[in-house]
Amino acid sequence: MNNATTERVRATLKKRYLKEKIFRGFGITAIAASLGFLVLLLGSILIKGLPAFQATYLNVDIELTEDVLDISADASTEELRGANFSGAINQALRDRFPEVTKRKQRRQLSGLVSSGAEYALADYLAENRDQFGNTVNLWLLADDEVDALIKRNKDLTQPIKRGKNKNNESALITRLSEDQLGWLQSFKDAGDTNVRFSSTFFTNGDSREPEQAGIRAALIGSAYTLLITFVLSFPIAVAAAIYLEEFAPQNRWTDLVEVNINNLAAVPSIVFGLLGLAIFINYLAMPRSAPVVGGIVLSLMTLPTIIISSRAALKAVPPSIREAARGLGASPVQVVTHHVLPLAMPGILTGTIIGLAQALGETAPLLMIGMVAFIVDIPQSVTDPSTVLPVQVFLWADAPERAFTERTSGAILVLLAFLVVMNLTAVLLRKKFERRW
Amino acid sequence: MFKRALLPVSLLIFSMSQSAQARDYISVVGSSTVFPFATVVAERFGKSTSFNTPKIESTGSGGGLKLFCSGIGVDTPDITNSSRRIKASEFEQCQENGVTEIIEVLIGFDGIAFANSLDAEPLELELSDIFLALAAQVPNPNGGDDLVENPYTQWSEINPDLPDIDIEVLGPPPTSGTRDAFAELAMEGGCETFDIIAALEETDKELYKAVCHTMREDGAYVEAGENDNLIVQKLQANPDAMGIFGFSFLEQNDDIVQSSLIGGFEADFDAIADGDYPISRPLYFYAKKQHIGTVPGIEEYLTEFTKERTWGEEGYLADKGMIPLDEDLRDETGESIRALETLDSLD
Repeated sequence: MNNATTERVRATLKKRYLKEKIFRGFGITAIAASLGFLVLLLGSILIKGLPAFQATYLNVDIELTEDVLDISADASTEELRGANFSGAINQALRDRFPEVTKRKQRRQLSGLVSSGAEYALADYLAENRDQFGNTVNLWLLADDEVDALIKRNKDLTQPIKRGKNKNNESALITRLSEDQLGWLQSFKDAGDTNVRFSSTFFTNGDSREPEQAGIRAALIGSAYTLLITFVLSFPIAVAAAIYLEEFAPQNRWTDLVEVNINNLAAVPSIVFGLLGLAIFINYLAMPRSAPVVGGIVLSLMTLPTIIISSRAALKAVPPSIREAARGLGASPVQVVTHHVLPLAMPGILTGTIIGLAQALGETAPLLMIGMVAFIVDIPQSVTDPSTVLPVQVFLWADAPERAFTERTSGAILVLLAFLVVMNLTAVLLRKKFERRW
Repeated sequence: MFKRALLPVSLLIFSMSQSAQARDYISVVGSSTVFPFATVVAERFGKSTSFNTPKIESTGSGGGLKLFCSGIGVDTPDITNSSRRIKASEFEQCQENGVTEIIEVLIGFDGIAFANSLDAEPLELELSDIFLALAAQVPNPNGGDDLVENPYTQWSEINPDLPDIDIEVLGPPPTSGTRDAFAELAMEGGCETFDIIAALEETDKELYKAVCHTMREDGAYVEAGENDNLIVQKLQANPDAMGIFGFSFLEQNDDIVQSSLIGGFEADFDAIADGDYPISRPLYFYAKKQHIGTVPGIEEYLTEFTKERTWGEEGYLADKGMIPLDEDLRDETGESIRALETLDSLD
């Protein structure tokens, strides 16, 4: 009898091992596939996005004299702003290439330098007033087309992919003219081009010139929005979860509340945007495009997520803890604040971070309340107009200039870094609070 | 816990009630087609004056006008961009809500490109060819007065001079303003050349519009999303496909794609400016005169927009792909704007 059973088990053993192997194989394949996709995604974003953190500069000698700038030496700050800085830069470029005389060529020559260079020059002179009247040697930000070629170290003497060269695979893909490439080559030969880390990407707001566009306004906007979301949703959600889990009686009424919370968690985010538009902007007359409204709308969206995960975390605290505390004479509030809540905190924090991370990536509800906007000035408070990181990614992906491709990926990298920092904080906090029994 | 939650909430409400009273930046809403041009002006305006940079939202022309006409006051936008003229119904809405003094500014034109990859030969088309290639219903090719489901699968079936390649056109979805303009200018322009459809305009206007504006849905016209960059990339990958997108994207990618010749003209700067290239639309913005004095900088923004270095033939908007008005019209418009002339009625 015993032997017979053993025999039967033996007979199927091989098959069972095989089944297990296949099952494990599926698991490993699934992991490998998802890792592969992740590497592909991150890799392509990294390759495209890393150049966004660098910029090309051109070395130019600029005359900062009275007749070039069209202001006097004792000009006020306001007059200084209106000085002819673009003229000074154009003059410097023409001095370098005196053979350029035709109007069209002169325009092309000025096109090598970013249109933002004049503002950089203005800032420089405002800080160094003693340089007035001198010729100064400065590194000016190059135009995005120039930047694309120099950064990738392209051979500028190659033919351009245009007209009769249009099927030539190795030809240069650029919108610059042959003249411009020639001038650029002369800059390069003289060692007057430089590619270096650019803080512009982190210090500027949005711009329509790719080389001047930065992520700062969106980053600050995201930070403000998340701050409001956290400040509103965390205390409300935790209080709601504690009441429902620890104090509320089990009746139809609380069942209804529970069903509603679970439903809300699955409502598409655009609905919250419409709600925000109708209530906060139209009815309560809050400002459009402001992080405060964005934060409120997003906290409505994250509340259910946090409540559900907080309730799960509270439920996971063993009843023996509560009973022991009560047995030692703790009041119900003391039981919660001294024992249950600290023990549930790691789970609550994880839920909060997941909710906030979701809020960080949201664009649809923000569209309705006017946060899909072109913002140059860095927001100074939660009521200033601002945009958020994912919206910035969306706007740049839609821009006609090709150099915005790398900016788009750069912004995605910043968004990912933001997420990593958030998740890391969650892990650290969790480690700090975590208790085992 | 409750005290901790109440404090920030009350702070929020306090700070909001303050900000609702004044606004120190211009608020602009409206068309996503005008967006790339308006943003350049706003940026320059912010950098070269002491005013804050205007905030520009991309809401679409219709959405922008709706917000614009919702009333007067700092919680409503000061300016709305539009890739079409204001409609009579919208104008009335404005009047009803107290927005009575509207300054209308025609800023220039935007072309819509019908393009393919540089690796292929450019097509020579007429608007009627485009209509036959893309409409859901076309006049019966075997003669007769009826309309049939579009039977054409190759360009050469429409016109023997065109190449033997399958019709595959990538374009924007119906939610896009570019699509509306394309339907109105290219499709309608093509369909009215057929007598039997032109006759419909007299008898059944709605049917006429439906026939002219409805794109085929059998796969020859591919809705490729709102992102024009994506269409350009797809054209690069597939030399047999054609794409429909804004002129500024054609200009920025003229080393990848080329314009087809439509009626003998390709979409370039001069042909659009002279009106030879048929698919182009006017770009407008509307400003509230009543907000001048309440919100700082509106007058100066109007001035910046109408400077020669902004909207002139060699201005920076032209560099971004906007087709400027001709000189006389520029002078005339510029003058009326500096005088802050308002729109009395739509004539």
